[in-house]
Amino acid sequence: MAKTAETAALTDTRHATGMLATGSPSAAADRGDSGEASEDGGWDLAAIRAQFPILSRDVNGHPLAYLDNAASSQQPLRVLNRVERYLREQHANVHRGVHQLSAEATEAYEGARRAVAAHAGTGDAAEIVFTRGTTEAVNLVASSWGDAFIGAGDEIVLTKMEHHSNLVPWQLLAGRTGCDLRFVDVTPEGTLDLDDLDRLLATRPRLVACTHVSNSLGTVNPVREIVDRAHAAGALTLIDGAQAAPHMLTDVAKLGCDFYAFSSHKMCGPTGVGALWARRELLEEMPPYQGGGEMISEVKLEGSSWAKVPHKFEAGTPNISGVVGFGEAARFLADLGSDAIASHEDALKRAALERLDGIEGLRLYGPRDERTAVFSFTYGDVHPHDLSTILDQRGIAIRAGHHCNQPLMDHFGISATARASFYFYNSPQEIDALCDGLALAAEVFGGIA
Amino acid sequence: MIEPRSRTPGTIDREIPTSLNQLYQEVILDHYRKPRNKGHLDEATHVITMNNPLCGDVIELMLRVEGGSIAEVRFLGRGCSISQASASMLTGRVLGKSLEQALELSGKFTHLLHGDGAMLSDDDLGDLRTLAGVSKFPVRIKCALLAWNCLEELGDATDADSGSG
Repeated sequence: MAKTAETAALTDTRHATGMLATGSPSAAADRGDSGEASEDGGWDLAAIRAQFPILSRDVNGHPLAYLDNAASSQQPLRVLNRVERYLREQHANVHRGVHQLSAEATEAYEGARRAVAAHAGTGDAAEIVFTRGTTEAVNLVASSWGDAFIGAGDEIVLTKMEHHSNLVPWQLLAGRTGCDLRFVDVTPEGTLDLDDLDRLLATRPRLVACTHVSNSLGTVNPVREIVDRAHAAGALTLIDGAQAAPHMLTDVAKLGCDFYAFSSHKMCGPTGVGALWARRELLEEMPPYQGGGEMISEVKLEGSSWAKVPHKFEAGTPNISGVVGFGEAARFLADLGSDAIASHEDALKRAALERLDGIEGLRLYGPRDERTAVFSFTYGDVHPHDLSTILDQRGIAIRAGHHCNQPLMDHFGISATARASFYFYNSPQEIDALCDGLALAAEVFGGIA
Repeated sequence: MIEPRSRTPGTIDREIPTSLNQLYQEVILDHYRKPRNKGHLDEATHVITMNNPLCGDVIELMLRVEGGSIAEVRFLGRGCSISQASASMLTGRVLGKSLEQALELSGKFTHLLHGDGAMLSDDDLGDLRTLAGVSKFPVRIKCALLAWNCLEELGDATDADSGSG
């Protein structure tokens, strides 16, 4: 490995030693997941985990089992090293200077845009606008496109499973413009009711905005089907890809949507950065989102003209190091291969479903098929917060609460769930740890009522 | 190369860590599963609802204050064992007290949750002392305080109403 020195610099010494020590063939044989190599076509989980330093730390005296990936994923050395190299060797402001550093920083920044564009499935990097994350990407569309093209009485169709970030920006737009919001119903199984979508499309809404993958149920929505029906009714489509982009290469052309929003920090990149993909002609007809430097072509006291897309939407000095890390994360995922990622996650999902199904008192929400390895559940009368505290004592990180999905929780008549969300670096042993932790919770509560 | 650390399936370690035993004492679980004074209070003189927006826990506290003391107290709510048990225990401890005395108790309870060992010998706190284990779990302190925050809010509102400051 050419990057040994950099690797060592960013790795805790104790665990760095541990990595070497546990790399022996006998340890690999003890792992108990030997069947996985053939099943996953050579997926070397140990090697993949070794690239994520945080995964080898202990929490409360136990090996960390990080099962809160739907909230935020961890970053591999490759991303950490790339960001560090940018900061140590290449930092300057972008798109401004004539000097060498500015040129290198600009190339790193625009190179990241090309990598993120490739991840989204577009060959036109100008269709990628960098934002602070999915939330800002949706806000950008609601503010720029919404304020320009939406008026009183216009309808916008959302769904009852939207994350607050794809709900509140539209509520704000409704407050500004007087447009009406409509919501596609969710079936008891936790999927979208497409007949209800058809009913809502009958009054010809201007936009259908829905999530690709539910952050609390793991439901994978039939985006192509939804987009086709929306387009047939004359509506544009915005897809919240925050929970999908980490797990699958997005092909915006295949999805057929008009806007697609996603975040870096859920796909192995840094926090504070994300992207909006939109068809170029839409970006061109939309007014700027914020004003400032970088987004202008010419400024006079009486008025200004705008830079070309995507820079028209990137006012001010951007989060350059974050973008550079985001780009490296996209390359990292591309090198792993989306088929390999999907295959390993599918194996984890099936194994976890089988184990969780066998636990008395555990109620799992969301569909059986067409779902990701995100598991929202309740466990007897053990409240999700208590469950999370108990699991944390075993080093197991899960999320408890409403997951920024209060309307959906209301829909199911609950106030909170526990959520275990897996990523490609999770191991079958971590499913065991979760189940053992649930057994401990039952013990602490003196049985499951 | 790093191994996923060995976790041997089948050998479930059910030994409950001390910190969890101290957090989830039987008394607390009993109040959680059989809350005291839970229900609506029709003739309340003071009503307040507070929630914890981060976790969705909700407590509605209802008091009937008569002749300067709390003659009746009930609560409604939903949330974790700590927030609900704490509310249930609150109802038992503040009954018969003046609002001022209740707020004094709230202050002691807050000290207890922040690890003030002196409070463990304060009889005024009664079974509330079983919640001392929460001090080892800083993120859960806000759960234990939710019902008491209701009380503090009522106290503040009453101060403002009376105009005496």
